[in-house]
Amino acid sequence: MFTIFGIPSAALFGQLLLGLINGSFYAMLSLGLAVIFGLLNIINFAHGAQYMMGAFVAWMLLNYAGIGYWWALLLAPILVGLFGILLDRNFIKPMNDNNTKRSFVMVITSVLAMVVITYLGVNPSLGFAISVGIGVVAATLWDRFGPTFVALGDQHVDHLYGLLLTFGMALIIQGVFRNQYGVSGLPYGIPPQLSGGQNLGFMFLPNYRGWVVAASMFVCLVTWFVIEKTKLGAYLRAATENPTLVQAFGVNVPLLITLTYGFGVGLAALAGVLAAPIYSVNPNMGADLIIVVFAVVVIGGMGSILGSVITGFALGLVEGLTKVFYPEASATVIFVVMVLVLLVKPAGLFGRAQ
Amino acid sequence: MNRSGLLSAVAAVALLAGGSAQAQVAVKIGVLNDMAGLYADISGPGSVVAARMAVEDFKAAEKGIKVDIVSADHQNKPDVGSNIARQWYDQDGVDVILDVTTSSVALAVNEVTREKKKVFIPSGGGTSDLTGEKCSPYTVHWTYDTWALANGTGTALTRQGGNSWFFLTADYAFGSALERDTSAAVTKAGGKVLGSVRHPLSGSDFSSFLLQAQSSKAKVIGLANAGADTTNAIKQAAEFGITQAGQSLAGLLVFSSDVKALGLQVAQGLVLTEAFYWDQTDATREFSKRFAAKFDGKMPTSSQAGVYSSVLHYLKAVEATKAKDSEKVVAKMKEIPIDDALFGKGSVRADGRAIHPMYLFQVKTPAESKGPWDIYKTLATIPTEEAFRPLNEGNCPLVGKS
Repeated sequence: MFTIFGIPSAALFGQLLLGLINGSFYAMLSLGLAVIFGLLNIINFAHGAQYMMGAFVAWMLLNYAGIGYWWALLLAPILVGLFGILLDRNFIKPMNDNNTKRSFVMVITSVLAMVVITYLGVNPSLGFAISVGIGVVAATLWDRFGPTFVALGDQHVDHLYGLLLTFGMALIIQGVFRNQYGVSGLPYGIPPQLSGGQNLGFMFLPNYRGWVVAASMFVCLVTWFVIEKTKLGAYLRAATENPTLVQAFGVNVPLLITLTYGFGVGLAALAGVLAAPIYSVNPNMGADLIIVVFAVVVIGGMGSILGSVITGFALGLVEGLTKVFYPEASATVIFVVMVLVLLVKPAGLFGRAQ
Repeated sequence: MNRSGLLSAVAAVALLAGGSAQAQVAVKIGVLNDMAGLYADISGPGSVVAARMAVEDFKAAEKGIKVDIVSADHQNKPDVGSNIARQWYDQDGVDVILDVTTSSVALAVNEVTREKKKVFIPSGGGTSDLTGEKCSPYTVHWTYDTWALANGTGTALTRQGGNSWFFLTADYAFGSALERDTSAAVTKAGGKVLGSVRHPLSGSDFSSFLLQAQSSKAKVIGLANAGADTTNAIKQAAEFGITQAGQSLAGLLVFSSDVKALGLQVAQGLVLTEAFYWDQTDATREFSKRFAAKFDGKMPTSSQAGVYSSVLHYLKAVEATKAKDSEKVVAKMKEIPIDDALFGKGSVRADGRAIHPMYLFQVKTPAESKGPWDIYKTLATIPTEEAFRPLNEGNCPLVGKS
């Protein structure tokens, strides 16, 4: 057994492997963020909350419907993705179109419904969900039968508005879950097929962690392939460059954009389901992680899909090494890297200078 | 959530049996704690239930004491807590404030109480400063404190053979204080501290720290952290097979509600110190079953049980003094010995520390557990004299004067 800088090589390899596992979570989350930012120009601060929702939906499926891990892996991203689509339709899109009447209808109806429901004495969290549902229905009706509105096309609203909007959404979502489930966390077990682990000689690798790395790499590759190499991806990228022109070719751009947001949110939820068996499932789990993930996206280059994946894994490794040599700095090292990268390459490692 | 919390803060929760013609003393008890957040499962609404049960069991009305109970949510914020305390004391005629989870809020309420010359009996709040440098003649600290937990787990576990330790410490004041106190206890009991690793607060991945702890070959891994950090660490230790490989985990601030949240499959083998567990004696079982019947089938935590027995002791003192004058009542509480169905025999010391035995528990394996609440087995009883910080080591200004 040899040592590297005074650390036994076994410990070092172990830590590197763990870094890779953490990196796969960073990669999946930053991939979703990069897709949403790169294609929609929205800084999605609700990403952490949506990741948390993924874990909670997995828990709910198990406890309320008896649906296990493998189906949750499919269903939770779809359900949370649908939630993301509602969020986009009712808030993000109206904001980008500069047509916020729909959002007002939604918010005001929800508040009124909430007042009535509270008066009836329903459980607050359930009441909140019901009133939001009523708000969504009202907003959809308004959209259909209300005064028509023609969007002006490719005018971009300042990023700051989207950031504040999604940040507020994240706070609301976390508050509702905290109110309903408390913060001690909920138990969610590792699926029996993946329990146990392998002794690699230099460390004990739980099977589940191996699965997380494999699943995350697969998802990242598929996403990259779809966006960069297929026709659908080409439409998407074109729609971001010049929505008016692409729409003129007969492509339904608003639908494409909404589905993309739903997909990005679904990715966050998928990461949440993968995290549920190993991290504490509690309402704050996303808030703790999201800042780091944003740093990863910035280092990789805002909106660069390949960049976010590679940086995700790489920074997981950097963090893993820091945990061996100087654990106190392990929460800070990513931000140090961010500062250095931004000083040298302001657009990020893989970003294009504007 | 905060707004509804504030609403419930204002709402008086219960008006109790009483008001009979012979009532001579009327006292108002305020239960102040975290009703919906981080510590709501440890104290929360359950503490109000416990206080109400104590008043009923004491038969206060028959003894000429009329008792009102109010409750509020301090949201774990010291400013909110001290505002409520001020309003209760000044306007609502509250005589005694109970429970107060979260050390920072407990310290704030401690100062308000000292200023207003009322009575403060913390149960859920843990900092040992309440009977140390910040001790007050109006404060009686009931259930546990951080010193007792560190000492209990450190000393008792070392004597049980867990004589080499490695700490996972949250990198802030609370974490290093826990590590310092526990290390002192371990060394004093003849054990050895092999090392420690500081992890960032609210980290989500503990696996690399756990691996360092594992390679240290220490018999015990002490978790000097709290809340989600502790549950994450325990969950991942189970995943990496650390407890199965023979090392034991010691939680330095873990409550039965945390163990319930983790589930036995994950938490099994964890060692921790608590002042109370429902399944100890006939008396605790009887109390806990009555409590569960009134509280959604949940067994009381140690701090909820602490609220119950502290209300009983307070009412005894009120009965004996036939008045609710704060100084006299606290003096009486310190004078009469504690003989409590739940906490056993003990007393209240000059610095305000209520002393009683503490217990070292180990979380059962799923195979050993016979029911959903059958979660602990007792490893050791820490006798009253050893369970708490010696009177002369706390730097409490009250000690020596009285």
